[in-house]
Amino acid sequence: MVEKMDDSSDSGLRTPDTQNIVIIKYNAGNIRSVTNALVRLGYEAEVTADPKKIKEADKVIFPGVGEASTTMAFLRNTGLDEVIINLKQPVLGICLGMQLMCSFSEEGSVDCLGIFDEQVKKFQLPETNLQNIKIPHMGWNKITNVKAPLFDSSLEGEYVYFVHSYYVAMGEHTVTTTNYIHPYSSSLQRDNFYATQFHPEKSGEVGERILANFLKL
Amino acid sequence: MLAKRIIPCLDIKNGQTVKGVKFVEIKEVGDPVELGALYAEQGADELVFLDITATHEGRKTFVDLVKRIAQNINIPFTVGGGISELSDADALLNAGADKISVNSSAVRNPQLINDLAQNFGSQFVVAAIDAKHQQGNDWVVTVNGGRIPTDKLLFPWAKECEERGAGEILFTSMDHDGVKQGFANEALAKMSNLLSIPIIASGGAGAMEHFKDVFTHGKADAGLAASIFHFKEIPIPELKAYLNKEGIPMRL
Repeated sequence: MVEKMDDSSDSGLRTPDTQNIVIIKYNAGNIRSVTNALVRLGYEAEVTADPKKIKEADKVIFPGVGEASTTMAFLRNTGLDEVIINLKQPVLGICLGMQLMCSFSEEGSVDCLGIFDEQVKKFQLPETNLQNIKIPHMGWNKITNVKAPLFDSSLEGEYVYFVHSYYVAMGEHTVTTTNYIHPYSSSLQRDNFYATQFHPEKSGEVGERILANFLKL
Repeated sequence: MLAKRIIPCLDIKNGQTVKGVKFVEIKEVGDPVELGALYAEQGADELVFLDITATHEGRKTFVDLVKRIAQNINIPFTVGGGISELSDADALLNAGADKISVNSSAVRNPQLINDLAQNFGSQFVVAAIDAKHQQGNDWVVTVNGGRIPTDKLLFPWAKECEERGAGEILFTSMDHDGVKQGFANEALAKMSNLLSIPIIASGGAGAMEHFKDVFTHGKADAGLAASIFHFKEIPIPELKAYLNKEGIPMRL
């Protein structure tokens, strides 16, 4: 990557299509699907674990599919935990990425990054499971009570794609709500940190609108 | 509320979509990427691509095809066929597959499910089971496209797949497949009560009512079909509108 783009040293002056997007590379899951989604939107992203590149990026995406405690151990060992916590540009955590941005996860009972002061809990099946509710929560479900800027009002009630067994309860940082067994936080935001429990990169045209909103921030 | 999923299945041979009627007659029905993108646009909730090519050459073509699918399609997709070791799954993950399905290879080597789940996570592993109804009440698991019966019974095997770490079960009734008289709802409902992971029903879709039945009586989480979609007998938007009207939660 070029350190400085032509004559502009102010990242705010870059046009959206030349912005420097970084996807944090770590030992988790299908990162290619995020890259592919960005390419479909007309953006290029670099997949890297290099702290310098992550710090200098205009936008950072923290994806993830995997297990919380082993992934947290990896982030600690590589020092990426401190890098992520201190980022000032817009950061988007996806799925496990969102859970790791919380304070604690029941998955492997591990302390996480603490960007959101929330705990990640395992879904429990209702005692009388008449509707044959399954865990993981897998498939398409609605997002409601959507809040700007990541979610514009056109996204209210739209379906997005989920795959997860752990969830974040409703709280002050909730910016979308989804109902599965009970209402929970399907997206969070605090300052420059954004996070979705669902996979926008796999959520069809709706997901692409959400990613586009993030890239416009 | 979680929507029930409609999943078109594309059988792939040498990079082309095919659908065997009862796995014998085979007829080409088009380019998989084009067809997959069309289905995604029409409202398919997921896609399944099954490689039925046995050769090494065909395998390489399939991995390249998976890359193209991942680049062009914005909904989740599962790929299956010929995955017998971790390296096969790894190649498909790197090509961009969201999930892989294992069938005969898991019957022969059940540990494969544990290994896949430990390495890639349960959400990546779909256990596909083909079974035939026998005299009495038993369903016998079959391999090699339904041709060879095994000593495994459907329900204990499905439970074992779950315990070994499968994230979903794709159950195909070989008695119903290609017959278009509806899904194996009784067996599906029994499986759904027995397992706590999602179940994809396959085999028997011939009319829109069959999908309604599989989601109500069959308690399935997803309904999979091939020829009725490939031959445009049931357009996906029409099917989803019908199911929505019938009170089945659908992503419209």
